[in-house]
Amino acid sequence: MMRGSHSQEEGAVRATGFCARLPVGPRLFLRTRLAGFGLFVFVALVFLALSADLISPYKPATQDYTAVLARPSVAHPMGTDEMGRDVLSRVIHGSRVSLVVGLLSVALACGAGIVVGLASGYCGGWLDEAFMRLVDAVYSFPALLLALAIAAALGPSILNAVIAIAVVYTPSFARLVRGQVLSVRERDYVSAVRALGGGAPRIMLRHIWPNVSSPIIVQASLSVSFAIITEAALSFLGVGVRPPTAAWGSMLRNGYPYMEQAVWLAFFPGLAIFLAVLALNFLGDGLRAALDPRFRQRG
Amino acid sequence: MRAFLLRRMLTMIPVLVLVSLIAFGVTSLLPGDAALAILGESLAKDEKLYQSLRRELGLDLPVYAQYLRWGGRVLTGDLGVSIRSKQPVLEAILQRLPPTIQLTMMSLVLALVVALPIGLISAVRPNSWADIVGTVLALSGVAVPHFWLGILLMFLLAVWLGLLPPSGYARLLDDPLASLRLMIMPCMTLATGLAAVVTRQVRSALLEALQDDYIRTARSKGLEERAIVVRHALRNALIPVVTIIGMQTGRLFGGAVVVETIFSIPGIGRLAVDSIFYRDFPVLQGVVLLMAVAVLLINLATDILYGYIDPRIRYT
Repeated sequence: MMRGSHSQEEGAVRATGFCARLPVGPRLFLRTRLAGFGLFVFVALVFLALSADLISPYKPATQDYTAVLARPSVAHPMGTDEMGRDVLSRVIHGSRVSLVVGLLSVALACGAGIVVGLASGYCGGWLDEAFMRLVDAVYSFPALLLALAIAAALGPSILNAVIAIAVVYTPSFARLVRGQVLSVRERDYVSAVRALGGGAPRIMLRHIWPNVSSPIIVQASLSVSFAIITEAALSFLGVGVRPPTAAWGSMLRNGYPYMEQAVWLAFFPGLAIFLAVLALNFLGDGLRAALDPRFRQRG
Repeated sequence: MRAFLLRRMLTMIPVLVLVSLIAFGVTSLLPGDAALAILGESLAKDEKLYQSLRRELGLDLPVYAQYLRWGGRVLTGDLGVSIRSKQPVLEAILQRLPPTIQLTMMSLVLALVVALPIGLISAVRPNSWADIVGTVLALSGVAVPHFWLGILLMFLLAVWLGLLPPSGYARLLDDPLASLRLMIMPCMTLATGLAAVVTRQVRSALLEALQDDYIRTARSKGLEERAIVVRHALRNALIPVVTIIGMQTGRLFGGAVVVETIFSIPGIGRLAVDSIFYRDFPVLQGVVLLMAVAVLLINLATDILYGYIDPRIRYT
């Protein structure tokens, strides 16, 4: 997992004007320049995905047989593929698959991990033991290999890629939430609610959850980037999104045999994955700076 | 120490059972069944032949009985027979093991050779240009997808500059030079992510260690800075790095699946991908199971190693 660039936070500009009026958390986030870059690219990505039909110069499946494997030009800024399809339009539409799979799979993994982690950490005993051994078991599989086997078993589709990736990333959330719950559940304020007759669901949702949510938000933002890479790897290996849907991983898979004649086919989708992942990592680190109490003390 | 080892191994038993359940469960979900894959579409139309093969393979049994039958065989070292090559699965895996071990070990060494000096310089001279370059490289290294980096390297070093052969594999013992030349690009591809993670870890652990009291004591004794960093701070900073390397093993194996596919290396990762496309259930089950067991054992080894390199840890 990537660690935050502390030097950037330490050497960042002092908050002035608008920033100074913000609460400590957002101010720390904005003080991290890389997080600002991450936020900008992420917002741009969401915009591209939402308005893909409006802004892409061509339809992603439109074939132009007069311009097969055409070099990047004014008409086709990222060139065309072996079927004469515009690479830029396909990269723009590919952002939809990456974002949908990245966000949905992490949302699923996060939801499942929270339920397992809360139950495991709060109830303890055999339930905790059983859940944690299951988590250990899933953890021992190389993530990509397990996702590959699940995606292959379920068949190639966006939904199945989401399920495969969610299964692989659930344990990290479950472990994180359990660890946080274990450290919070013995605090005096939780004992006080228990003494006042508060039931387990009320204690977990009203009192423990708000105290464990920050690290989960950070973990979720970092996990989206890993989920995007995993989806692209699944599509690259041929078990992800079905053709002709434009997905960055499958574009790379199709472009790679044409490397000698048309390197742009593999270059641009890969660059898109790289930028998206980089931006989400910066965003995650920025969120860590804003939400982690140790960073707040410095602010 | 012995008690710790015993307890640690006992807790591994339920995990191993669950690992086998997952490996069996996931691969038995694959569409089509093994009998169909063995006979092929045309022969499978002979209902009698198809049903008798299903009985022979135990596919007519309930799923739990199939699992117990498979699990019992696995315990005796019998992982079944490959549908495609008719070779025993364990033999097929052992045959494909050397390229994967060579690839992962060489990548690990390359990652450490690159990451340790960069992390060290970054920590000793924080915020210097060397630190900034190291940070940018590390941040990019985590984000770059293996498959893209591999393709770019292949284009640059093999297609464009013609410095290296684009893909393939030669056994290290048969032709060491060719083997090393063929491994350069795959190792660079696989090592990048790990090197990035280790660089960040070394930097932050060393920065923290350099602020400890014993370093101040060493400085006040007039010890040379180089000795302080290498003999005192680095030794302590490397302890968490060992854990990180242990934790990254799964990632290395996962990366090997992609790298072996791009560079046509006949290793276990490639075997796993091929077995999916040929519906070779026994091979996929075997690879998935053995990789998970390997990760568990490496984690165990990391825990034990930890006790040796950090005398403060006492296993009770």
